[in-house]
Amino acid sequence: MAALIEIDRLTKKFGETTVVNDVSFSLKKGEVLGFLGPNGAGKSTTMRMLAGFLMPTSGSARICGEDVVERPVQAKRNLGFLPEGAPCYPEMTVQGFLRFTAEVRGYRGKDAAERVTEAMKLTELESVRLQPIEILSKGFKRRVGLAQALLHDPPALVLDEPTDGLDPNQKHEVRELIKRLAPEKAIIISTHILEEVSAVCSRAIIIARGHLIVDATPSELESTGQSLDEFFRDLTLNIPAFGF
Amino acid sequence: MAAATTSTTDGPPSFAPPAAPAKPRRPLREYLPSIDLRPALVVARRELAGYFATPVATVFIVVFLALAGILTFGVGNFFARGQADLVAFFSFLPWLFLLIVPALTMRLWAEERRLGTIELLLTLPIAPWQAVLGKFLAAWAFCGIALALTFPFWITVNLLGSPENGIILSGYIGAFLVAGAFLAIGSAVSALTRNQVIAFVLAVVVCFLFAAAGTTVVTEFLSSNFPLLAEAARAVSVFERFNGFVRGVVAFRDLVFFASLIAFFLFVNVVVLDHRKAD
Repeated sequence: MAALIEIDRLTKKFGETTVVNDVSFSLKKGEVLGFLGPNGAGKSTTMRMLAGFLMPTSGSARICGEDVVERPVQAKRNLGFLPEGAPCYPEMTVQGFLRFTAEVRGYRGKDAAERVTEAMKLTELESVRLQPIEILSKGFKRRVGLAQALLHDPPALVLDEPTDGLDPNQKHEVRELIKRLAPEKAIIISTHILEEVSAVCSRAIIIARGHLIVDATPSELESTGQSLDEFFRDLTLNIPAFGF
Repeated sequence: MAAATTSTTDGPPSFAPPAAPAKPRRPLREYLPSIDLRPALVVARRELAGYFATPVATVFIVVFLALAGILTFGVGNFFARGQADLVAFFSFLPWLFLLIVPALTMRLWAEERRLGTIELLLTLPIAPWQAVLGKFLAAWAFCGIALALTFPFWITVNLLGSPENGIILSGYIGAFLVAGAFLAIGSAVSALTRNQVIAFVLAVVVCFLFAAAGTTVVTEFLSSNFPLLAEAARAVSVFERFNGFVRGVVAFRDLVFFASLIAFFLFVNVVVLDHRKAD
């Protein structure tokens, strides 16, 4: 089966600083990849390159076979992307905002309305659909961002900290949602929360100082005998020992 | 230690004779630049609605109308001149645009960067030129609305005398084009910086260069020192072109001038956006 998300030797430099260094992995349908790493490790930068917002310094990324640099519009059609912090236009209503993203994606009239309704149902936003986004709580805002990413039912999903700022119940619901979507899609989520990896991910990648240092299943990580927390701390704090 | 590397995604090795790979023929239109305007119009509609959903529209229009009124009827000595025309209005209008249009454009891209929504907008499946064009069209339409709201001036001169309405209409067309040129400049400048104050000041400076290039101070200085440049300066002068419209002349080459100026700065805007992706 062809990979839905492929990243090949992706590198990003900001001036002299290398933020993402030679990272490669690929993701098939049905996989949920947990993207782990300390702050500033290069998670968001990798995701931004994958979404076509940043240009890689070298290497390439493909979504459903479409190169994100060569054929950006085609690649983006197949991708749902939740940027870090789930930015939305504050003065718009939830429904107006989702309608806007639906129309930009080429849905018209009744089609667009159905998409918006469906996305609001998935993310449980119906109760606030006519409220301006700026007055919503952090949890609702995050869900508006999620709704926007899911609206066109994309085969590939890249979600930058989808559960950040949600209360425990909402976190649980988003995880259930991701699990429900998983069989039909390739999903990448970045997170700080290690238990989230065991809860929803079929695979985990740990990235530190731009380097990919672990690519394994959550159970493999646990079989090292350490708790996931200890394991993560060990790896990301002791990088000099790896010779980087 | 589970430091596994990435699996490759190559299929199983094939033992079929190495036939020339059938290259799927891509339809011709994929090679042509796509000129789908619909996403640009969707962006434009959202932007325009955004102006009216925030105090931006009210503040801008009220300030614009108040200043236009003061300049025309107060400073311009409209009543003392005893002429039923809008010459005073049109002589102040481009200077008013010079200050007020950059105030509108300074937030165009800077605000998107501040809110982070630029990341959302540019990861939707639209080409950068569609986003740029959409934002520009919304701002231009908004300026058109502000300009249209000066209609009481037009009515006033018609009540007081019998002006040549054709000349006034041509003046309005010229004013709309000047606004468009300044908007395109301001929008490109706004893409350069996250800081709205810098975006405002830079836009005023660049617009001023295009505005003042044809004024007598500049052309006299240039023609006595660099005669060749004087000709060029007059050719790119926005106000020089605008004066033609105020006199009632809608010349094809002036229309081409404004269209090229706008197209050029929208192109610069796209280049700036693309460049910022890379750094």
